[in-house]
Amino acid sequence: MKVPAASARASRADELGLRRALPGRMLPLLVAAMALLAALSVAGWIGTSALARQWREGAGTAMTVQVPRPNEPGAKPESTRLAAAVGLLSGTKGIASVHVLTEAELTDLLRPWLGESAGQLALPMPAVVAVRLTGEAIDLAALGRGLDDAAPGTALEDHGVWIRRLSALAFSLQACALLALTLVGAVSIAVIAVATRAGLAARRDAIEIVHGLGATDGFIAGRFARRTMLLAASGGFAGAVIAVPALLALAKFAAPFAEHPNPSPGPVMLLSALPTPLWGSIAALPVAAVLIGFVTAQLTVRRWLRQLP
Amino acid sequence: MVRFESVGLRYGRTGGRDPSPEVLHDISFELPEGTFCWLRGASGAGKTSLLRLMYLAVLPTSGKLTLLGADIGQTPRAGLPPLRRRIGVVFQDFRLMPHLTAFENVALPLRLAGGSDAQIRADVTELLRWVGLGRKLYTLPEELSGGEQQRVAIARAVITRPSLLLADEPTGNMDEAQAERLMVLLAELNRIGTTVVVASHNDALVERHPAAELRLDRGRLVDEA
Repeated sequence: MKVPAASARASRADELGLRRALPGRMLPLLVAAMALLAALSVAGWIGTSALARQWREGAGTAMTVQVPRPNEPGAKPESTRLAAAVGLLSGTKGIASVHVLTEAELTDLLRPWLGESAGQLALPMPAVVAVRLTGEAIDLAALGRGLDDAAPGTALEDHGVWIRRLSALAFSLQACALLALTLVGAVSIAVIAVATRAGLAARRDAIEIVHGLGATDGFIAGRFARRTMLLAASGGFAGAVIAVPALLALAKFAAPFAEHPNPSPGPVMLLSALPTPLWGSIAALPVAAVLIGFVTAQLTVRRWLRQLP
Repeated sequence: MVRFESVGLRYGRTGGRDPSPEVLHDISFELPEGTFCWLRGASGAGKTSLLRLMYLAVLPTSGKLTLLGADIGQTPRAGLPPLRRRIGVVFQDFRLMPHLTAFENVALPLRLAGGSDAQIRADVTELLRWVGLGRKLYTLPEELSGGEQQRVAIARAVITRPSLLLADEPTGNMDEAQAERLMVLLAELNRIGTTVVVASHNDALVERHPAAELRLDRGRLVDEA
């Protein structure tokens, strides 16, 4: 009689009948959903990190100096208060550039609050100096005292309060993303453990037979782990594939807040808008699903087998 | 080979203030290597439980059991699978894998023992032909008759040439000719050194093949002949 090798191989690979006990639809579907949620959580984490860095780099390297009555004589009568403040700022180590805002720039800054009348104010306005820092350490307290000596009443605004508030906000958002990722991982483990236990219950007779024939715990757990890994890998891969268009859509919504905003980015630009670590994370999703599937199945089956002698 | 020393067995609660009733009490006997032994007794006498102890499906709750040279009470759990691979069992209800063909059912113990594909194919094919199933190698159990399923179960039990062969009512679904053919197989295995223990209600069969007997009554060994 001719040996149907393919059939024999198929049976040999599934001695416990796990193809029926762990069907190939529900578990991959659930794992795919978990992978999609994980991708969104990681995207949230990475996006928040980038935003926080952007805030720090933007606000943290800038200062604003307000000089009241700028055209009056300063501490040294030969120069105005504004010139004295600018001179001090320009000569301070750690300051990259000093720019005195023009009347038009000041009007633009005030227009959102005061409307079109911003340019016709009767009130005396302080001069505003935008200062960019080099990033080197700078003694702001000493600088503030120097400015006050040169032009009494000059105010130095280093944006520190805002940076701290924005950093706290970014940290909270990152913590939420991490919590979501942890929950996704925990739910994935629970889903795979429940599916594995259902498979164990369904194949109890078969397991007892091979156990009685001398199968080790490793053999039985390995068969379950192999099947679970296969299902988790397919779910993880599907979730990763679905995550790409979802993340691209989110990137499109977030484009105006990006580092180099483009209100209507094209598909190619969108693809490049996703940061490299996020692409890496998406690629790692099936691998993570396989690892979770393998470890969870192994531990669940080995624990269950302890009830057999 | 097989030594029971005051062995007791309970299912369920094995200790505490309210333990489950003992199904086997104070069982002591010894079967030297190469023994052929009938296990007799009425239904419920404990024959199946005694066999379950011998194929390590359960462990004694009291006493000492020595199998194939190993003190089971002192053997770690990881040490039991190699012992089980040296024990062949023919179950009363066959216990075949319904999703595996006759060939794959019989091949399973060899695969667990790490046999090569070529050797497995040769050995399994030869044995299934010997038991008259040469034309049904790749048939699923549900497509086999009761007698054919029993022959597959017997083939699976003996394919590894076990040191200890246990059979629980192996001729229950067989006609007289098939039962005699099975006895020839068991006798042949016994002749080459396998210890054989057969639980049977078939008095005629036992009379035709006289051998040592263990007789159980309500969980106690009442006669050892």
